[in-house]
Amino acid sequence: MQRPGRFQSRVFLAAVLLGLGGAAMGEASVEEEIAEYHAMFGDENPAELWEIRGEELWKSPRGPAKVSLEGCDLGRGPGVIEGVYAQLPRFFEDTGKVQDLETRLVTCMQKLQGLSEAEILAVKFGDGEKKSDLEALSAYIVAASRGHEIQIPMTHPAEQAAYALGEGAFFYRAGPHDFACATCHSEKGKRIRLQTLPQLTTAEGARAAYTRWPAYRVSQGELRTMEWRLQDCLRQQRLPQLRFGSDIAIGLTLYLAKNAEGGSMAAPSIKR
Amino acid sequence: MPDPMRIRAVMMGDVVDVKILMGHVMETGQRKDAEGNLVPAHYIVSVTANCNGKTVMAAEWGPSVSKNPYFSFRFKGGAKGDKLSVTWKDTDGETRTDETTIH
Amino acid sequence: MLLSPLHRLGGMTLALASCAALAGPPRSDDAAVAAAMRAAFEAKKQATMDRLEQDETQKLCTHYRDAALPAEVAKKIATANLATVKPPADGKFLGDWKAGEVVAITGTGLQSNDDPTKPNGGNCYACHELAASEMAYGTLGPSLREYGKLRGQDPAVLTYAWEMIYNSNSHAPCSNMPRFGHRGILTETQLKDVMAFLFDPASPVNQPAPKAEP
Repeated sequence: MQRPGRFQSRVFLAAVLLGLGGAAMGEASVEEEIAEYHAMFGDENPAELWEIRGEELWKSPRGPAKVSLEGCDLGRGPGVIEGVYAQLPRFFEDTGKVQDLETRLVTCMQKLQGLSEAEILAVKFGDGEKKSDLEALSAYIVAASRGHEIQIPMTHPAEQAAYALGEGAFFYRAGPHDFACATCHSEKGKRIRLQTLPQLTTAEGARAAYTRWPAYRVSQGELRTMEWRLQDCLRQQRLPQLRFGSDIAIGLTLYLAKNAEGGSMAAPSIKR
Repeated sequence: MPDPMRIRAVMMGDVVDVKILMGHVMETGQRKDAEGNLVPAHYIVSVTANCNGKTVMAAEWGPSVSKNPYFSFRFKGGAKGDKLSVTWKDTDGETRTDETTIH
Repeated sequence: MLLSPLHRLGGMTLALASCAALAGPPRSDDAAVAAAMRAAFEAKKQATMDRLEQDETQKLCTHYRDAALPAEVAKKIATANLATVKPPADGKFLGDWKAGEVVAITGTGLQSNDDPTKPNGGNCYACHELAASEMAYGTLGPSLREYGKLRGQDPAVLTYAWEMIYNSNSHAPCSNMPRFGHRGILTETQLKDVMAFLFDPASPVNQPAPKAEP
């Protein structure tokens, strides 16, 4: 039997290192620590905890209608979850809108289970004790797209319009700092401080980034989705709050997904 | 209802290699939420592992352990097919036990 | 209404040939994007909706994003932005380099979750190499290592640096660098302190790289 102190110190060490912002540490050493943390898991990823909870939420009868989400159509027919994330966002006939995974889940939770939008969106992004059902469901659905090739045919005019809006938003200079997404994400081989920046305007760069979201964000201890990632970027751009499920959120996601077409989904992953 | 643990226990020679992923917020009691309010402390204080009725690992934890702790240890005295159970207790008095079979 | 890019730019050919450019549907109208942006956001604390309204520079730089800026547009932007530059009230460009270093290191300020009562940072290290002793620097902007040492403090040199920091677009139309003075991100005192961080011979920016440990 080993002394309790040693586990505490090993986990403590990981905790302390992970608690540090990357600012003053060499990128190599921060990346090393995260890689070591990741290596300790083997194939494990704390995102699994969200996938487990998501599976439960998908299969349990819930809401006033006491129905599970197993009849939900995420683009490949009712109940099909295999590979769906690799084909989102897309146009849905029943709502007449281009939807991403999260807004599609909201539609299903409303229509099938009778839950209200307010209830569903009460906790969009989890914070410790406050858990987000959408994040858990997203983790579960996205995991079923691992290895699937991203395919965004974009045949519907609404999808083309959404892409064009997303592209426009990507290059929209605004706020006190004149930042657009493009300010940081349109050139190759650049970094902010020691954080490398993917070039999202090319297939290579978009694939490297988009195939690995959603992700377990170590620095937050939470699983985060593209809706979270976009609104957090825009916060850092000194802009107001991006509305969940807005045309711009969906447009930007579609723009990135289309740019990443042909890439293989590898999410949920682990990130800093 | 506390999150389940993912436990993997594998024989490596005559030693059992155990890896556990625990879902727990591990709030230190020092963090502030988005509104600026102090989030109350809520963290695991003890972890024990039992195999064949014997305690093979006992640990005392504090608030410095990070959220969703990933924890691994090794012990002698277990064999393939044995049941390994892991229990944690936290500052709220909550507890969780999960079991796995050693492979 | 969707207009083809060629039509919108008055027949000027876009550089679409590079393999980096991805084929997509015709670009959205600038006004349609602006309207969609307004509809897609809501105010959050100090990040108010007016921040989505583009000034002339932002509109032009958005419009011409992936084509070379026509010479007359570049000149128009540079001239207009140069006109916004206010020299320091007391005529002295250099403040306190130690305070300037703090501005260069600090990345917060003006985000919705930032404390509006605290001074804004300039976050220079996000994009620039500065002091050789600081390895955690970004590469979006050029290296500023030994900036003052290499250039001296000729009035023309100091003026140029002041104009760049006050309003980068005065010399670099559509620059990625924020217009720190013109947009009220940094105060005059902070700008002078950053100038000192760049120019003061005692500043870490102007010290040689530390010798490697044996």
